[in-house]
Amino acid sequence: MAYPPEFKYTKEHEWLAVENTTGTIGITDHAQSSLGDIVFVELPKVGTELTAGKTFGTVESVKAVSDLFAPVSGTVIAINEELATSPEKVNTAPHAAWMVKITLSNPAEIGALLSVADYEKFIAEEQ
Amino acid sequence: MIPTREVLPLSSNAESAGVRKTALNAAHRELGARMVDFNGWEMPVEYPANAAAKHPGGLVAEHLIVRSSVGLFDVSHMGDIRLHGPQALEAVQHMTMNDAAHLAVGQAQYSALLYPTGTFVDDVLVHRLGENDYLLVINAGTREKDLNWVRGAARNFDCIVEDLSDQYTQIAIQGPNGWRTLQKLTGADLSKVKFYWFTHGTVCGLPNTLIARTGYTAEDGFEIYIPSDETTSTRVWKQLLGAGEEFGILPCGLGARNTLRLEGALSLYGHEISDTITPWEARLDRFLKMDKGEFIGHSALVNQKQRGLKTILVGLEAIERGIPRDGYNVTDPEGRHIGYVTSGSPAPFLKKNIALAYVPLEHSAEGTELGVECRSLHVKCKVVPTPFYKRPRPAPAAGSAALPDPAPAAGSAALPDPAPAAGSAALPDPAPAAGSAALPETKHPQ
Repeated sequence: MAYPPEFKYTKEHEWLAVENTTGTIGITDHAQSSLGDIVFVELPKVGTELTAGKTFGTVESVKAVSDLFAPVSGTVIAINEELATSPEKVNTAPHAAWMVKITLSNPAEIGALLSVADYEKFIAEEQ
Repeated sequence: MIPTREVLPLSSNAESAGVRKTALNAAHRELGARMVDFNGWEMPVEYPANAAAKHPGGLVAEHLIVRSSVGLFDVSHMGDIRLHGPQALEAVQHMTMNDAAHLAVGQAQYSALLYPTGTFVDDVLVHRLGENDYLLVINAGTREKDLNWVRGAARNFDCIVEDLSDQYTQIAIQGPNGWRTLQKLTGADLSKVKFYWFTHGTVCGLPNTLIARTGYTAEDGFEIYIPSDETTSTRVWKQLLGAGEEFGILPCGLGARNTLRLEGALSLYGHEISDTITPWEARLDRFLKMDKGEFIGHSALVNQKQRGLKTILVGLEAIERGIPRDGYNVTDPEGRHIGYVTSGSPAPFLKKNIALAYVPLEHSAEGTELGVECRSLHVKCKVVPTPFYKRPRPAPAAGSAALPDPAPAAGSAALPDPAPAAGSAALPDPAPAAGSAALPETKHPQ
């Protein structure tokens, strides 16, 4: 699966799409592939403050619980309700199955994230 | 997101120098298995998708194929202790809680080694190999401990204790098509081997191979014990995969092994049973024969029975969103901590989230609503009967109420109706229920 070039990425395998001051966050194809069948996604409530690098929820496969790390800081303005009933969408369409939308509180943090080329290189080296 | 907190009963990742490998390690790697350290053994957790087999791969697919057809497991990490000699039976009786005197040659029983405190050293499958000849199959993580324990317990009896663990590769062929798969590779008539019985026969050209109708998946199936050299082990493994191909066989890892046994409410050492838990608490009293005579732990168990139990193992089913997992706290409806989850996970076949947990007796009645603290979520659960899953048994004789044939057609990898109620396949199943490994309706008392 191709990694969208307009996204930014983290070493913890989250992706961030930015439009003006709104950030959309999900996990990458590499992440969903290593997790296996996803059965549960736990997301924060609207209004929660996220801090870059800190956990903001969890994604669960049958056998593992994995933390989600915020790529950048901001306030949650929307969560993807579909994932409550259809968590498997994270497996089938990881780059479309967004998890939270936030209003960025510190857009400068985007600079610390990986470009698509850097992320692809990072995961290639991880193997 | 970094995969963290693996909730399989695992230790660290398989990097440690001291980690042991089975003879099939290379075979698993060749299939691309994800390997982990399980109690000091490098074992496959799950296998990847296989384009040739047209399977999506992974734990859920492996779990489902065992329920509907056949799956293959490397269980060589288990240990094998042989006791033989004039007082082998007396020794086995002294150190185990079930009654081995009832075993015929060729029969096996679920049992356990207990401490003088009446708590578990380990659970064990006792096989009667011969007149004065017994084989104990024990857990991987407790091999050395069990062997030392058995040697100590047997020392005043005229018998020899032999550690055969490294001599065998043990492979489990589990599922309704397990016998069909294995039958293609053996001259032994498997239809004559009843559940929890065993025979010896030629398998893949290997003479006198132990073939046991046992397993840890709550399905029909077999376990074979073959020489542990890599060449033989790999050859047999591949031949089994070949023989099972028409039934859609998949190699299965410890991930599916755990979810399969959990649906069957089978105990796992370190979780439902341990050195602080007794058979009464673990609801394994079906396998505890207090009247058989003295055995290690007997008097402690008499005392506990007289005093009454404080805690007991129950089955839980989540009734709202959330997954109860190993170690999570159980609460009463007011939110007070009353117990803990021993094993919990999504159940791939039942499509529910289930758990086994220790709770006080007053909260153990079926239907009781309790809570489980799943990290930041408080998830309502209810106490349900165990096992959560019981495999369908053959339909009764013609003339009785019409029942669907529960066995999938050979060659079919079609998934069965995924939502039978717990403990269903509506047959008057006389086999034991709560907390037990599914046992046959045998004519022999156990």
